[in-house]
Amino acid sequence: MALKHVKAVIVGAGAGGGVVAKELATAGLSVVVLERGKWYSAADCRKDDLRNQRTTVLGNGFGPDDERNPRVLVDDQGEHIVYPSESSYGNNAACVGGGTFSYGAQAWRYLEKDFRMRSTYGEVAGSTLDDWPITYSDLEPFYEKAEQELGVSGDDSNNVFKAPRRKPLPMPPLSPNREYEILSPAAKRLGLHPFDLPMLRNSVPYGGRRACMRCRWCVGFACEVSARAGTHNTVIPVALATGNCELRTGCMTREILLDDRGRARGVAYFDAGGRLQEQTADLVVVCAGAVESARLLLNTRHRLFPNGLGNRYDWVGRNLQGHTYPAAVGLFEHDTYDDIGPGASIAICDFNHGNPGLAGGGMLANEFIRLPYQFMGQVPPFVPRWGREHKEFVRSAYRRTICVMGPVQEMPVFSARVQADPKVKDYWGIPVARLSGGKHAHTIEIARFTAAKAEQWLKEAGAVKTWQRIPAANLSGGQHQAGTCRMGNDPKTSVVNRDCRIHEVDNVYVIDASNHVTNGGFNPVLTILANAYRASGKLLAAQFGMKGSGVRS
Amino acid sequence: MLRRRTFLGAGLTAAVAGTTISCAGRRGGSPWRFFTADEARTVEAICEQIIPADRDPGAREAGVVNYIDIQLTRHFRRYQKAYREGIAAVDAMSRQRFGKAFEELPAGQQVELLTEVEKSSRAFFELILAHARQGFYGDPRHGGNRNMASWKMLGLPYPPVRGRAPDIRPEAG
Repeated sequence: MALKHVKAVIVGAGAGGGVVAKELATAGLSVVVLERGKWYSAADCRKDDLRNQRTTVLGNGFGPDDERNPRVLVDDQGEHIVYPSESSYGNNAACVGGGTFSYGAQAWRYLEKDFRMRSTYGEVAGSTLDDWPITYSDLEPFYEKAEQELGVSGDDSNNVFKAPRRKPLPMPPLSPNREYEILSPAAKRLGLHPFDLPMLRNSVPYGGRRACMRCRWCVGFACEVSARAGTHNTVIPVALATGNCELRTGCMTREILLDDRGRARGVAYFDAGGRLQEQTADLVVVCAGAVESARLLLNTRHRLFPNGLGNRYDWVGRNLQGHTYPAAVGLFEHDTYDDIGPGASIAICDFNHGNPGLAGGGMLANEFIRLPYQFMGQVPPFVPRWGREHKEFVRSAYRRTICVMGPVQEMPVFSARVQADPKVKDYWGIPVARLSGGKHAHTIEIARFTAAKAEQWLKEAGAVKTWQRIPAANLSGGQHQAGTCRMGNDPKTSVVNRDCRIHEVDNVYVIDASNHVTNGGFNPVLTILANAYRASGKLLAAQFGMKGSGVRS
Repeated sequence: MLRRRTFLGAGLTAAVAGTTISCAGRRGGSPWRFFTADEARTVEAICEQIIPADRDPGAREAGVVNYIDIQLTRHFRRYQKAYREGIAAVDAMSRQRFGKAFEELPAGQQVELLTEVEKSSRAFFELILAHARQGFYGDPRHGGNRNMASWKMLGLPYPPVRGRAPDIRPEAG
């Protein structure tokens, strides 16, 4: 029996898809959301330090599973199959809420220059660095909407580098932890501008959910008290409550169905029982994340689109980026650990821009609580990797380190890309994502610069020993994956227009971090949410003559 | 219990042959899920050098080999071959160099040999190093970290405080 036709089918229930579902459903449109993963709840916080979404040595906590979802990775060793729980897979998540279900919830607005990287820094050889087709002021009302609807705590009043905002954050920051109290005066002595990290996390009851209980199982885990806001506990329930939205989990989308003229008429997907289904719709909205959204377009073949939908000029899947995370660790003579979660608490934006000779930079903040096995990555290079000395170091240093790190805004690289693999197929018989390419050398230069600044901060704070971690130049992506369906005004150098509609087809949208021309020197989620609110309004106006709820009166 | 090393000669060939023999025989004898009794002793000895006992328990007392054995039949199934061959290679090296099985060597010689294994059998060493750390520092539910030995060593409050009010600051320790 054919499934009931709807106005819009949305592929993916993560940050982008969750917001789009809510905006369309509350506007009265019939919507089906297809999510390949499960719908987990707060009760799924198993506090398993070896199997969660950040430490995956025994598998991913929140999808996808290794058994059905391989990818192909091409690197200097050749090409090989990689599995979701391996870091080189570049996984984010597969579940309702997507990455927002288990993330650390840092809620950053990008800065004005982050939307104008090419104008600010000029051409960078070997990079497709460019301006966004929209500016910060286009997005500002929607940043505010995301902050208010999902709930953000923090206090950026001391962040002199922030872009203008009309409203303050809706919740005060969490009370400072010990690391905050050590780092804050040191930053001020250095002339820096420390402030309280903005987070999609309740510091007080908000939106019918309770406040953070400051536990140690945060990033990578389900929030046991639902104090962290994701789309799964905010906009998606609102969408479902309208009665206009149906969420189907365990559903793997195979391709977008196109009619003779090349317009979308819906999607073909495998339901939770493995049966092939067709969901017809007036509109298709792809929100599967930068890797899987590109893969879905590339797997959608048609006489008019022999190389994949939206791919006439070979831009789909290009410019895959994420964030390069340099870090510095400091060892102190006194305890720094106080077991007050989430750990990350203080940030500076002094090094996002204006760094001599560098095309950008990144925010710096202290790291989330390191559980004992994670602490293995914190051990300095001058300590033997095993034996008596290693154990002695772990024992004596575990409660006495602070790690300062931050996401460096990457220089986009055209050859860092997602393709549909010509041979390897997943459990459902769908060609898998084939990942290749690497980071731009200048990204690593910037990383060295910000790592040195982090180290300087730790020294000023009294660290008796410090060391740096500089990332390798291998392919980026992972939880902050972005860039593969670039937003732009020129169809020859982008995939979607400024409204996030595919240039080639008037009823297919891509709304997730794939759109990001550049990815800011910040965690990207608030920008994904804000852009999804903005694009939903554009979609409602263009397709249905409606005014989106996000437009400020 | 029958111990294969009592009747096997030195050298890689013999060690590999020994593995084959004990593979067939362990269904009746080994208390382990994947390892033969001899393999488990070797793994335990390697892990104990990676995380040795001092004033706190080491890998042996924390049951790290139990963690690895369990996971080799679950999430680590794809590493079964690497372990079988890696253990055989370590024992072969040990016999060739010192005329004894690895677990029978004094600690100093074990460290010396492992330092060489770290270079000559890099892939296997990285594997067992990562797994030893997981089994020692990870959650006891997976078969290692017996009695939360490492968490006690680190002074990590456990079990976790649930429902803690935001402004309450527990003292460390």
